[in-house]
Amino acid sequence: MIEARGIVKRFGDFTALDGVSVDVPAGSLTALLGPSGSGKSTLLRVIAGLEQADEGVVCLEGQDVTNVPPQERGVGFVFQHYAAFKHMTVWENVAFGLKIRRRPRAEVKQRVSELLELVQLVRLGDRYPAQLSGGQRQRMGLARALAVDPKVLLLDEPFGALDARVRKELRAWLRRLHDETHTTTVIVTHDQEEAMDVADRVVVMNGGRIEQMAPPRELYDHPANEFVMSFVGPVNRLGDAFIRPHDVELLLEPNGTTQEAMVQRLVHLGFEVRIDLVRDDGEVLSAQLTREQVEALELQQGQIVYVRPTRQTVFT
Amino acid sequence: MAASAEALPTPRARRSAAPGLAIGLSTLYLSLIVLLPLAALAWHAHGWDAITSPQAVSALKLTVVASLVVALINAVAGTAIAWTLVRDRFFGQSFVNALVDLPFALPTIVAGLTLLALYGPKSPAGIDVAFTRWAILLALLFVTLPFVVRTVQPVLLELDTEMEDAAASLGASRFATFRRVILPNILPAILSGVALAFARAIGEFGAVVLISGNLPFKTEVVSVYVFGRIESGDSGGAAAASVVILALSFGVLLAIGGVRRWTTRHDR
Amino acid sequence: MIGKYVVRFAALGYLAVLLAAPVGYVFWRTFRHGFWPAWHAVTTPDAVHALKVTLILVAIAVPANTIFGVLAALAIVRHRFPGSGIFNAVVDLPLALSPVVVGLALLLLYGRGGWLGGHHVVFALPGMVLATMFVSLPFVVREVVPVLREIGTEQEQAAATLGASAVQTFRRVTWPAIRWATAYGVVLTTARALGEFGAVSVVSGRLQGQTESLTLYVQDRYQAFDEVGAYASAVVLALIAVTTLILMTALKPKEETR
Repeated sequence: MIEARGIVKRFGDFTALDGVSVDVPAGSLTALLGPSGSGKSTLLRVIAGLEQADEGVVCLEGQDVTNVPPQERGVGFVFQHYAAFKHMTVWENVAFGLKIRRRPRAEVKQRVSELLELVQLVRLGDRYPAQLSGGQRQRMGLARALAVDPKVLLLDEPFGALDARVRKELRAWLRRLHDETHTTTVIVTHDQEEAMDVADRVVVMNGGRIEQMAPPRELYDHPANEFVMSFVGPVNRLGDAFIRPHDVELLLEPNGTTQEAMVQRLVHLGFEVRIDLVRDDGEVLSAQLTREQVEALELQQGQIVYVRPTRQTVFT
Repeated sequence: MAASAEALPTPRARRSAAPGLAIGLSTLYLSLIVLLPLAALAWHAHGWDAITSPQAVSALKLTVVASLVVALINAVAGTAIAWTLVRDRFFGQSFVNALVDLPFALPTIVAGLTLLALYGPKSPAGIDVAFTRWAILLALLFVTLPFVVRTVQPVLLELDTEMEDAAASLGASRFATFRRVILPNILPAILSGVALAFARAIGEFGAVVLISGNLPFKTEVVSVYVFGRIESGDSGGAAAASVVILALSFGVLLAIGGVRRWTTRHDR
Repeated sequence: MIGKYVVRFAALGYLAVLLAAPVGYVFWRTFRHGFWPAWHAVTTPDAVHALKVTLILVAIAVPANTIFGVLAALAIVRHRFPGSGIFNAVVDLPLALSPVVVGLALLLLYGRGGWLGGHHVVFALPGMVLATMFVSLPFVVREVVPVLREIGTEQEQAAATLGASAVQTFRRVTWPAIRWATAYGVVLTTARALGEFGAVSVVSGRLQGQTESLTLYVQDRYQAFDEVGAYASAVVLALIAVTTLILMTALKPKEETR
């Protein structure tokens, strides 16, 4: 488990982390979610020891590692741009940590083979990173980090440089891996879908501070503030109220609680349909319905409908 | 396909004069200034006893050994200097960066003179290496200084520091990281610099001629030996010796080129 | 952590002992007794003549090699011709040759009994000019070639489609793109031409007041035990070198800071 208390980190005039405290329970998969500049990568690197905090304490499994160099923290780190040792083969990359620790040849051989099989790169052991695809390079990065049995696995936007489909595959694969190994894992991402998909708990960060720490469901259903609500999913803002698109009800007849609106655009996104609407008072909002619902209502562009929110949130 | 093609004139027809002119003029100039004299040199090379005489062999051995030593010292010193210029931050860094180019800008005779002044008979520091082999090393180190620095510097600049972070996270000490991650990636550049330094050192004349004293069998380098042959009227022998130095330089350049290609095989 | 300081001080120490101290010392020695003694040493008729000879060598070699350099770079990069590989290698030859060998080659070509011999080329100014042109040949080419490669042909092709002739395209499109690289190459060429010693040593007649460049003059003064004269002229050359360094730093291609 990881405990960080009061972490402050400045780069010149810029404060990347402003007194951040976070607990990561042992065996969990936690996501650090936030926009660029929120400090999430910096926090991860401070935990790894790749950055030194200006103030604050980091503990790994109960031990104070604040002044311990990264070599001795027993963390596995996976980089967004792979940080592959480009002059070594895939095999040598994965074996690196073991060779540094001077493990016997036979042990290295067995461990590397196991890992290559785990990440499905068995036949590519003799290739150089330049000859691999992005997804393969990242799987190699993971195998390399896991080779030394880290206490904690840290991933810094690991799938950020990959295209959408590969990203989804690797995401699912990471989750399965975690379910098998139960290594304490922290993943940094700016992609809320990724965080919600893969993590047990999500820590939402913004401007060097933590906005909310909660399981994905709670984050979505009970956001602590406006920022969190807007960040974890699309939201309509009408005055002080925040309404999720799927909480916008569309009726063909007014019923006293509804407001008139015109359908501006229907966007078919596979199973779901996003409906862009303009209310008669000029406010713009989006609703989200299933295909069946849209067909049942026989919705068309330019049609007048009547809308009301079934649920809304106001932050005081 | 054929029907539409015939109507269009080829644009190249209008501009054909320019490339031909550029190629022709520059080839002519190059031949007159460089090739012709070298051809005359190759033609006149005879009198092979000029290169097998004891004096010649001694000069050759001295020059090759000194150049090798200097090349190796540069491999270490040049890398260290490049490292300091790229990875370190200190006051006056850009001045130091410019200083590294001084041997390129300073006439070799002036370089030799300054070394003689400070490290010769009238040295204020009491260090006198004039007329010894140390003088040759010193002079060659001066003129070859920029080579390794300037080949390694751009590579260090481009090097992905994340690889070093990765190595640290995997448990490698600073030294292990240098040895296993950084060095293999800058080695091709070091080798290029070493080859250039070696080729330059073998032929050096101006920096060495004052401070070494040019004592045959002791401190006479090959270029001075050749000069001596010319003054004695044995231009044939001088040419023969020149051909040997040339072959040596090219041999080294080619060999290093091959080693470079092998060490960068992972980039292809 | 200490490792960083060890490397820094080792590197800086090496540079100080090898480069800065000797050059600084000569400056100090030269001006130790004031400016005027040094000035007098450097304004003797022979010294002034040597400077003139050096300037003539530069005035001919640099423009010639600049024009050649740009033409050759264009030929190599834009107009792949059979043998351009060899052409490229030959251009680089002067960098690998010992200057004494260069002088010898010229002697054998233009000297008595040589292929083009007997026309007062060697042991006279023309020979020195040719030697200087030889050794300073590669620099403009080597600086312009990578820039030409990098900018690609698209802009020039666009100009052609808009009706520009070869000369117009060069003047308005190509030249603006290569002029700083050319300037840097010119600075390097000039530095090499000014500093040439070995080749002109072989090829000149060493006649004081006639065929001595400033570099040869330095050696001549030293061997005549005229230390003041030697150091003073060395300082003149060193000052020119420092100016060259400043220009080099200012014009250096930005690859090293990208």
